[in-house]
Amino acid sequence: MKAIQREAIQTVLDQWQDKALYLHLETTNGAYAAHRAESPMAVCAYIRNGKISYERGTVAGEGPYRIGLKMSDGWIYAEGLTDWEIDEEGRLLVAGHDREGRLAIAFELSETPFPL
Amino acid sequence: MEHVLVVFPHPDDETFGKAGTIAHYTRSGTPVTLICGTLGQLGRNMGNPFFATRETLPQIREKELRDACDVLGIKDLRLLGLRDKTVEFEDPELIADRIEAIIREVKPSIIMTYYPKLGVHPDHDGMSEATVRAVKRIPEEMRPVIHGSAVTNNAVEVIGDPDIVNDVSDVLDVKLAAMRAHRSQSEAMMAKMEKDRQDPEGKTKIEKMLNTERFWIYPV
Repeated sequence: MKAIQREAIQTVLDQWQDKALYLHLETTNGAYAAHRAESPMAVCAYIRNGKISYERGTVAGEGPYRIGLKMSDGWIYAEGLTDWEIDEEGRLLVAGHDREGRLAIAFELSETPFPL
Repeated sequence: MEHVLVVFPHPDDETFGKAGTIAHYTRSGTPVTLICGTLGQLGRNMGNPFFATRETLPQIREKELRDACDVLGIKDLRLLGLRDKTVEFEDPELIADRIEAIIREVKPSIIMTYYPKLGVHPDHDGMSEATVRAVKRIPEEMRPVIHGSAVTNNAVEVIGDPDIVNDVSDVLDVKLAAMRAHRSQSEAMMAKMEKDRQDPEGKTKIEKMLNTERFWIYPV
């Protein structure tokens, strides 16, 4: 992964507008957050292979970045994004990493299901 | 012949806090079978600087696990193919079926797993619960003893002093090599450890932590 280039991600989001896509969206502060007293509790949410399509997708911010996908009947939102790549399988992988390289948020789109 | 079965949900669970004990077993000629439930697909550590992505992490962690097994002398690795963070939501009877089959096959005298309910990570508790279910199905005279690893900070308050305290200083190099094998997960932590070791007080604390492994026998 490399540091986010906003225009490059925007180009991908524009290409995939109105397409049927699979979403992996995840945020976490780590299963040991409370144990290590880094936070009052461990918090994590993820959805893997949510089937979605959006009518408007936008990258915003100056870094860390945000992505918002406007759907016909809802929204998808991610904040704290720092790095990205298009992987070998043509999937859009975007993530937010902290100073220790730990993943805090992942936002991924693919035309085919992510493996389980 | 003696045999030890190790049952954990994530690659690296067999190493942190337990690698020295496993190395003692394998070095004394006791074969060790490791059941690893998931590939730690949802680990937060990606290396430091990060080199894994959410999508490459499972393959990377499987390789790291195999390397750590080589270091520790574990020649029998069984992957259950479960998914990180979902163990507690699977049917525990079905996970117990798979563990039971392996118990009946390798006939261990000892099973290492997390101490039920004191594993901190929900997958730890899911896996230890399934392990206890499996052990309860074995006729009493053949039942292996469960050596539980308690993680919660209040473990001693809840279950008392550990039944087994192993000094693993003689195999510390092996343990550190196993930790390094789990590079994506250990890199940041080991860098911090090296830094803390510069300070004499920190050095004593870290060495005590690394050289001591504690287990509680779980009554079945």
